[in-house]
Amino acid sequence: MSKRLFVKGNEAAAMGAVEAGCRYYFGYPITPQSDIPEYLSRELPGLNGEFIQAESEIGAINMLLGASATGVRAMTSSSSPGISLKQEGISYMAGAELPGVIINISRSGPGLGGIDASQSDYFQCVKGGGHGGYHIPVLAPNSVQEMYDLTMHAFDLADLYRTPVMLLGDSVIGQMKEALVPNPRPVRELPAKGWAVRGKSGAEQRVVKSLFLGDGELEAHNWHLHAKYKVMKEKECISEEYETADARLIVVGFGSVSRIAHTAVTMARAEGMKVGLFRPVTLFPFPEKALEEAAGRAGKVLVVELNTGQMVEDVRLSVGAAAQVSFYGRPPGAGSLPSPEELLEVIRKNYGETAR
Amino acid sequence: MQQVFKRPQSLKDVQTHFCPGCHHGTIHRLVADAMDLYGVQEQTIGVASVGCSVFLYGYFDIDVVEAPHGRAPAVATGVKRAKPGSFVFTYQGDGDLAAIGTAEIIHAANRGEDITVVFVNNTTYGMTGGQMAPTTLVGQKTSTSPYGRDKSKDGSPIRMAELLAQLGGVAYSARVAVDSPKHVLEAKKVIREAFGYQAQGKGFSFVEVLSACPTNWGMNPLKANARIGEEMIPYFPLGVFKKEE
Repeated sequence: MSKRLFVKGNEAAAMGAVEAGCRYYFGYPITPQSDIPEYLSRELPGLNGEFIQAESEIGAINMLLGASATGVRAMTSSSSPGISLKQEGISYMAGAELPGVIINISRSGPGLGGIDASQSDYFQCVKGGGHGGYHIPVLAPNSVQEMYDLTMHAFDLADLYRTPVMLLGDSVIGQMKEALVPNPRPVRELPAKGWAVRGKSGAEQRVVKSLFLGDGELEAHNWHLHAKYKVMKEKECISEEYETADARLIVVGFGSVSRIAHTAVTMARAEGMKVGLFRPVTLFPFPEKALEEAAGRAGKVLVVELNTGQMVEDVRLSVGAAAQVSFYGRPPGAGSLPSPEELLEVIRKNYGETAR
Repeated sequence: MQQVFKRPQSLKDVQTHFCPGCHHGTIHRLVADAMDLYGVQEQTIGVASVGCSVFLYGYFDIDVVEAPHGRAPAVATGVKRAKPGSFVFTYQGDGDLAAIGTAEIIHAANRGEDITVVFVNNTTYGMTGGQMAPTTLVGQKTSTSPYGRDKSKDGSPIRMAELLAQLGGVAYSARVAVDSPKHVLEAKKVIREAFGYQAQGKGFSFVEVLSACPTNWGMNPLKANARIGEEMIPYFPLGVFKKEE
């Protein structure tokens, strides 16, 4: 029988990283993610690994870049302002096609903002964030179990596509405690890391770089990256649906707010409303096809976010003319988390308009 | 016939792209010589920085990782921690190491990372087009200090070799110049010594190399060489500032 643990989301992510074979962590303290470096500072030395508290988030992401370049599994974690600082390194890693996992337990912003649950970094994380027009897979867990499972998945995606991968949570997901069943890592066939720098050891020189100056070189490299993103869009979308089969209104939400929306949808069903929930688990690649299908059947979509409207743009692009899209958002801040009753009221209003 | 002078094995048999009178070629050669001396070519991972030195992989026959501007010491930290058996060096200019990368160099040095840093100081941003660097001398005209570096506004040139020598994690810190055959021979000895510290696992070693940038200084190579002796060395004294036994 698998053991059941009662742990924080942040700890679950750190445990998932260890299970996935990550032995190198580089980070800098920032609330509300500091449980991750604290956990790994205890665990990694005993596993022949290394924990380094870097001088800054910039230092940390570049240590990750260096470690990943040697072919090992390595990770960093931070929170919104820290992720802003890491974006330079993430862009370089995307350009040099280096794997690595970055956990963002986001804060509310802009600026120093607060530590409340927030989804205001959606654009920054999903649309590249750093310079140069790249994408990285972004996974949005909504439970402690998923913090564990998706962290393991993130390492596999990183190695499979030679790309940085981000896990995007917030203080609700990172700080809450729930039951966790620490499953072993699923076995996925992954390519050998022949590109990694190890010292030549008699072989041909290996170079990890993102500078391409020859005629046509950079364009070719960018088309190559683009082709990878296309494959990810075809193969790596993950989403979850609840009561969407006969729904006439689909609520769309990711991460922490999807849990509140889930309760609100259940309450709406109890009142006889045919309402369903669609939860993107991968924010890049965005589960466009699955959402288009569900939304097309329902004809109407309500997007709920802890911001003033970011993912709703991807929903509109996915759904196109197949459904009418409305939005309900609460920008982050203390007391900004909507209650299930508040969302139920919004559902009633949108559902009523649908019925007319 | 006995061959007394040849290309180091760690250096590729190619022409460099550097400007006439630039010292990067000489310094590359000295670094390759030190790698050969300790026989570490096959286990070396070089960390290239931003600027003229980014093309490291075109000249050294070793594995290379490219770092973002100023971040080479952090990248090297990740490399060495993940591959403790490898031989790791960074090769950085003054804008890279003493301005944007100040935090990274100070903290990598202070942690005592077992790496070697080759710091090429030519008192200007070379590839970027000759702007003022943290090491630009007071009064020196550059494209962003057109009236000469003003100490009251721009501060004083930073002496990195002395600064880093103060840190507990540093095992070796020295400054050399490559403006004359005598200085090149001394530089060769010092770079060998610095690499030796890592080869023996003794910790962080640092060599600052005073070098010329004739193009951006607006001088011919001979005048540029002369400037190193006349203006740079008086402010940036040569010597070994720290040498832990």
